[in-house]
Amino acid sequence: MSAMPTAEPTMLTPPPIPLISIDRATVRFDDVTALREVSLTLHRGERLALVGANGSGKTTLLRLLHGLVRCTGKRATFPLAPDGRKPVAAMLFQRPFLLSLSVRWNILPALWLHGVRSKDERERRCRQALQRVGLGHLANRPARSLSGGQQQRLALARAWVIEPDLLLLDEPTANLDPGAKREVEALIEDIARAGVTVVISTHNLGQAKRLGTRVAYLEAGRVVVDLPVDRFFKDQLPREAEQFLKGELPWT
Amino acid sequence: MDLIDRICGPLAAACLAATLLIAPAVQAQEKTIVMASTTSTEQSGLFAHLLPAFKQATGIDVRVVAVGTGQALDIGRRGDAGIVFVHDTAAEEKFVAEGYSVKRLPVMYNDFVLIGPATDPARTKGNDIAAALSKLASSGASFVSRGDRSGTHAAELRMWKQAGIDIATQKPAGYKECGCGMGPALNIASSTDAYVLSDRGTWLSFKNRGGLAILVEGDKSLFNQYGVMVVNPAKHPHVKQALAQAFADWVVSPAGQAAIASYKIGGEQLFFPNAGR
Amino acid sequence: MNAFTDSFWIALRLIGDADAELLRIVGLSLRVSITACAIGGTIGVFLGTWLAATQVPFRRAAVWAVNTLLALPSVVVGLIVYLLLSRTGPLGSLGILFTPGAMIAAQSLLVIPLFAALSRRLLLDGLREGGDQLRSLGASPLQSALLMLAHQRFGMLTVVLTAFGRAVSEVGAVMIVGGNIEGFTRVMTTAIALETSKGDLPLALALGIVLLGVVGLVNLLIGWMQGRTPIAREAFA
Repeated sequence: MSAMPTAEPTMLTPPPIPLISIDRATVRFDDVTALREVSLTLHRGERLALVGANGSGKTTLLRLLHGLVRCTGKRATFPLAPDGRKPVAAMLFQRPFLLSLSVRWNILPALWLHGVRSKDERERRCRQALQRVGLGHLANRPARSLSGGQQQRLALARAWVIEPDLLLLDEPTANLDPGAKREVEALIEDIARAGVTVVISTHNLGQAKRLGTRVAYLEAGRVVVDLPVDRFFKDQLPREAEQFLKGELPWT
Repeated sequence: MDLIDRICGPLAAACLAATLLIAPAVQAQEKTIVMASTTSTEQSGLFAHLLPAFKQATGIDVRVVAVGTGQALDIGRRGDAGIVFVHDTAAEEKFVAEGYSVKRLPVMYNDFVLIGPATDPARTKGNDIAAALSKLASSGASFVSRGDRSGTHAAELRMWKQAGIDIATQKPAGYKECGCGMGPALNIASSTDAYVLSDRGTWLSFKNRGGLAILVEGDKSLFNQYGVMVVNPAKHPHVKQALAQAFADWVVSPAGQAAIASYKIGGEQLFFPNAGR
Repeated sequence: MNAFTDSFWIALRLIGDADAELLRIVGLSLRVSITACAIGGTIGVFLGTWLAATQVPFRRAAVWAVNTLLALPSVVVGLIVYLLLSRTGPLGSLGILFTPGAMIAAQSLLVIPLFAALSRRLLLDGLREGGDQLRSLGASPLQSALLMLAHQRFGMLTVVLTAFGRAVSEVGAVMIVGGNIEGFTRVMTTAIALETSKGDLPLALALGIVLLGVVGLVNLLIGWMQGRTPIAREAFA
């Protein structure tokens, strides 16, 4: 009698579900080429950190993933199980644009634009979102009177309130002091843990290491390196990438 | 500062509300008619005296649009007014000939006077306008003309012609055209010590006289005839003919003529009724 | 200097006496100009919003036209409206020539380019700052422009005051289409013109002082209303 082969207990990781894929996409603004032949597939639950110098195309890639710019090449979104709907994306910017209205009234239009037509539901979700980011007690304050960190938290609330599948962040903590930075990062972690796919561009390599599961290095509109986070910081990388990591990238 | 802020706002609101409430809202009135007349007639104050009497007699409200004679006749031609009351006989007769009115009725006359600096450098004083203008031209003194196709302007050109001067071809040295009404022309004359031909009514109510005085008066040529015309309903059917005719009839009636004669400034009668003559 | 001090005292006396005719004239000026700003403002802001949001090919031409019309002299507007409303004109049957209605129409036309050009500029500045982020929230160009209107409401207030100043101080249009009829279509500016042409300069200047006083009251009122809202206080802190 032959022995049953004993299978080692393996971690059953579900196969990665693609969310958005772009294939050889090029984005041009007038005579400037912001992205060149970029191919990338974003999977659900991923936390992709984009690093690179200013002007390397990080912001454009974020906007392309959101669908705000057009490209030559392919950009496809994958319908989400179980109802086959398109993924909902929300974006955070380095300096959040807040309407000169109260904190509440910066969230409510986002809900309305998203299609929430019931006034009660809008109020409920708005309250919830503000509580989540710790701004519940400031709901009626003018949004522009908030501190930098509070404003970014408000922007997070505005993004979170529409229950996005994908959260895109363009250097969200670049302007914040360390305390505010920690608060915002904690909230982003929270959101990612709840299953939201996150793409964050950052100058802060520590942030990339802390938050990311995957890191992509961009240079002059191309994705030069695209690796899981542990490999990115251990492996031998191309020379420019190494130089960037060491902070020695010469100004082009 | 806070207290001032607190009271200023409500105070401002109260004042503005008061003006809007006190000033009566315009009510749509059935018996109204628009009359096109001249600035000189209105500014003499005649209408303020005459129209209330007319309203009392007939209950009709006359709304006066006061412009230059040329513009008043134009308003009549367009049918934007029901009555035209001006002082340029030749132009009025042309208006009737064109069919815009059925009949022209003479109403009253006043006179023109030559106004100038009291020092009278051109030696015009007297009662002969043709001679006066002739001396004015040769002296080169400043003269202000209205130049606006008004009744006064037409009369002024007639008088220059009488003095043997054709303004179109031989402007005297000091001749200036302002293209303006009687008041502004008097203003200019007052500030530049110039001569100007004016109707007596405007002169009597003019307050900015400076060094000006009446230099020539009483000449027959200075006679200024006023006429009233009802706009022809055949040309403009919407005209309120009955109301317009009521005014025309009243102003030449004994009652209207008496009202005209009774209008005085500083005890002086301005207009002399001569309907039917 | 005499004319100025005379006028100042005359102005005070007129206000103190609450002269009935003065009140009527002031009331009509306010009624005509406020109504004209309401009508012209609605049309003008719609136009400005559309110009800020739209991408149609003839948009450039429309912007050029609006900017050129900013310099439209009030007397020309008066002439145009007069020819339209005259009995021999296309809208003659409305019969509103020489009534306050015609004056409101003329002043509305006068302020539309002002509202359109200034609100467009405000919206464009706002959209330059935050249009992208509003778009990322899913707002269409029109929705972004409308959100910007709410965002720029204090700037809009200045636009309203500018337009009101233009309307209440103009004399060319209301003179021609209103006819300066005593007790019916006489407003502050036409009264000033009349007294000037009669040579009563101190009275004319006094009326001018009263006109400025009225506009000053309006601004005071607006300023007070602004001060009451906490957001405004923060905004001006």
